[in-house]
Amino acid sequence: MFTKNKKMDRILTLYLPLFMMLSFTLFPIYWTINTALKPEGDIVKRPLQYLPANPTVENFVYSWTNIGFATFFKNSLIVGISTVIVVLICSTLSGYALARYQFKGKRSFLLMLLCTQFIPRSMMIIPLFIIFKNLGLISSPLALIITYTAIEIPFTTILMSGFISNVPKELEEAAMIDGCTKLQSLRHVVFPLLLPGIVATGVFTFIYTWNEFLIALMLTNQQSKFTLPVGLSSMLGEFNVNYGALAAGSVIALIPAVILFAYAQKHLVNGMGGAVKG
Amino acid sequence: MSYPQSATDTVVKSKKAVNKNKKKIKSEKVIPYLFILPSFLIILGFLFYPIATVFYYSVQHYDVSAPYYNGFAGLENFVNIFTQDKMFVPSLINSVKWVVAEVGLQLTFGMILALLLNQTFKFRGFVRAVAFIPWAISGVLASVMWSMMFNEHMGVINDMLMKVGLIDEPMAFLASTSTAFGAVVIAELWRGIPFFAITLLAALQSIPNELYEAANVDGANRWKSFIYVTLPQLKNTIVLTTLLRVVWEFNNVDLIFNLTGGGPAHSTTTLTMYIADLAVHGSNFGYGSALTVISFGILLIFAVLYLKLSRYEKE
Repeated sequence: MFTKNKKMDRILTLYLPLFMMLSFTLFPIYWTINTALKPEGDIVKRPLQYLPANPTVENFVYSWTNIGFATFFKNSLIVGISTVIVVLICSTLSGYALARYQFKGKRSFLLMLLCTQFIPRSMMIIPLFIIFKNLGLISSPLALIITYTAIEIPFTTILMSGFISNVPKELEEAAMIDGCTKLQSLRHVVFPLLLPGIVATGVFTFIYTWNEFLIALMLTNQQSKFTLPVGLSSMLGEFNVNYGALAAGSVIALIPAVILFAYAQKHLVNGMGGAVKG
Repeated sequence: MSYPQSATDTVVKSKKAVNKNKKKIKSEKVIPYLFILPSFLIILGFLFYPIATVFYYSVQHYDVSAPYYNGFAGLENFVNIFTQDKMFVPSLINSVKWVVAEVGLQLTFGMILALLLNQTFKFRGFVRAVAFIPWAISGVLASVMWSMMFNEHMGVINDMLMKVGLIDEPMAFLASTSTAFGAVVIAELWRGIPFFAITLLAALQSIPNELYEAANVDGANRWKSFIYVTLPQLKNTIVLTTLLRVVWEFNNVDLIFNLTGGGPAHSTTTLTMYIADLAVHGSNFGYGSALTVISFGILLIFAVLYLKLSRYEKE
């Protein structure tokens, strides 16, 4: 009797609510995949098919080759990877300075980083458009790479300085006593220990650039330069939406983000939770 | 034979070393500045400079389609906003509704999810990863997913509601003034729960177990230990995350832009949506900048008041 009550209690306070939350989370993703696999005619057919009756990949082929998702994908990849590289170099350097050195202006620099977190992103679209128009960089991936780097650096610098502080300074010094130069000790001692943190920082940066919409929309006016979010948005805004191809395009955009997220999510609770806790 | 030679060698070496050390100390002082220089310049040039220009443009006539008017405007843009703009007050009210609904619902469900995931059960790591997936999904992607589900002709939500008999015929949720706002709120809620769940879970894990044991000894039930142990321990995290989220949701237009575009009949036009629409489809950048400055001011005042009133970091 007692154990039965306990079981019931566990179902009511854990499994049932968890099941409901997960269903709410997963159903939209499932429905998108389901729609992407249906042939055009089946999508609007009633009764609705909760499983595709005639699964096909024609939507994927069509959106990849005919609508230009191959191009959007490539553009997003170029912007994402370039941003990650620049962000990692800048934030590892500045993170190292914050973690290992005492210097005049350190507090002001930290304060500057914190202030940027309260700058509304939507506030920047008009001035950024004017700046990059004057530089002749509208529709250039360079405009997005620079902007995303500027937006990501404050957070990634704080993140990296945390990771670097976790590598004991003594290890670095010991390597130098053993005859390593500063650079060698960084390369052979600090870097390997830092690698998981660097990868997590890179993944978060990549996901941000992969998903960003408003700035990309504002700074791009040629379809051949659209990133995935801008491409998806322009398709959704068309008068006759091709839902099969749109769903397939969404799945294409979804896959890299989810794979990277699956890899880095362990660091999320520690990193982001830690950052918010202060 | 070799002894004196090596001795002078050492002397020379040590002299060199001293010189090197002096140089080293000097360069050590410069190193941190060199290291932060790239980050500093990029932030200055592409975050702070653009923000400064918003303030500059807000007191200018700056219209790309009517350049002959361009020039200093004084406070004219601001006066126009407060006296003539019929969109300003309604969009501000929508912003407040949007922020209160989103942050309130996301916090509630995020807290529930965090409490669930803080218990021990099989496959917890996997379940946790799955529950956080929407965090990695873009606003545009979420818009596509939910616009297909809300759709009048192919929408699964209509299908389900008809099956359980709540409605008789399909509705165009996103095109009706009575349902559009709620529909967008639900879609954004879907994407926003993980943010609170992640941050609250991290905070929950740092609450010492002894506190719960003590409460248990004192005869507290689950609800009471949540109210008297968990909530006070989470207070600072909740204050900070809700503040960050208010700022974030106030400025977030991805879903509104893509699901309704601010319509129907401006029923989903928030202040940020209004500004984004002016920036993307309009040309009057001076006026848009003035609106931006006002919304920035509103957020700033809110942030200061909120931190004061919530007595952040005070017991």
